[in-house]
Amino acid sequence: MSRFLVFAPLALFLALAGYFAVGLREDPTDIPSQLIDAPLPEFDLPPIQGFDEGLSSADLAGEVVLLNYFGSWCPPCLVEHPMLMQIARSGEVPIYGIDWRDPPGAGTAWLQRHGNPYTRIGDDASGRLAIEFGITGAPETFVIDRQGRVRYRHVGVITQDVWRETLRPMIEALREE
Amino acid sequence: MRFLLLPLAVLLLTAPALARPGPDEIMEDPALEARAMVLYRQLRCVVCQSQSIGDSNADLAADMRVVVRERLLAGDSDAEVRAYLQQRYGDYVLMLPPVQANTLALWGFPIVLLLLGGGIAFFFVRRQAVREETELSAEEEAQLAALKREEGLE
Repeated sequence: MSRFLVFAPLALFLALAGYFAVGLREDPTDIPSQLIDAPLPEFDLPPIQGFDEGLSSADLAGEVVLLNYFGSWCPPCLVEHPMLMQIARSGEVPIYGIDWRDPPGAGTAWLQRHGNPYTRIGDDASGRLAIEFGITGAPETFVIDRQGRVRYRHVGVITQDVWRETLRPMIEALREE
Repeated sequence: MRFLLLPLAVLLLTAPALARPGPDEIMEDPALEARAMVLYRQLRCVVCQSQSIGDSNADLAADMRVVVRERLLAGDSDAEVRAYLQQRYGDYVLMLPPVQANTLALWGFPIVLLLLGGGIAFFFVRRQAVREETELSAEEEAQLAALKREEGLE
């Protein structure tokens, strides 16, 4: 009995090491979205400066779309931007944008400089709607199905890999539904 | 070097104060303000990981404090305010994790550890106590007497 007890600290150490090996690999910033398979929160946002149309939840109904939270102050958004332009040019899926926490005109100037991949853009200057969406940082992108339900959320930059391996196949599958 | 100490001390003393909710965030009703202050400490800032929204000066934390005040003004109870943010950000937003199936290990582990450690300590101490009570055999008594004689104690 006591002979096995000698190995107890080692066993405990191995158990904890295994636990931490798994736990420390997880990304603590990856908070699961509460919106998955839930209907999109209803909203009606004003346009950003220089645009005539804002964005409301009704605009997204009826087709599979991407909804992208961005801000001119957000460096990763600039990294992601060429990818969004590429998707917009390909015409594979409409991208709707929400300009998050930008001062008046900043979002417009940013889009003029880098190009506008968005079908329509809403202005969430106060950041109030972002909390309804459970946004933790920009950029964040939601895949929304025909029924207006959120089916997927991508946190961070959409890279070529994310687009090819995750988003595009998912959009194609959702169109089949 | 000494001329650096004062600015450094000022910086160290004021840094935590800077992260507090701003003076423009104080609610008119002192009772609501007191409840808001408690709620700020119970809700996690979702971009700063281990800080509450009361401790963080991140923009998102400020926006979340606005929501807390908005819900309080709308007449929500403290539990309803927490539930409102929990619905949008999940259990993660609560500084104190709720006791439920997936947190059972988290909450139960200290109790298990206490019982385990307590049990080991209990048996160890009891074994010690039992050992003290055992009497020497005739042979051991003889050995003891021999040793004592050798040392000139008897």
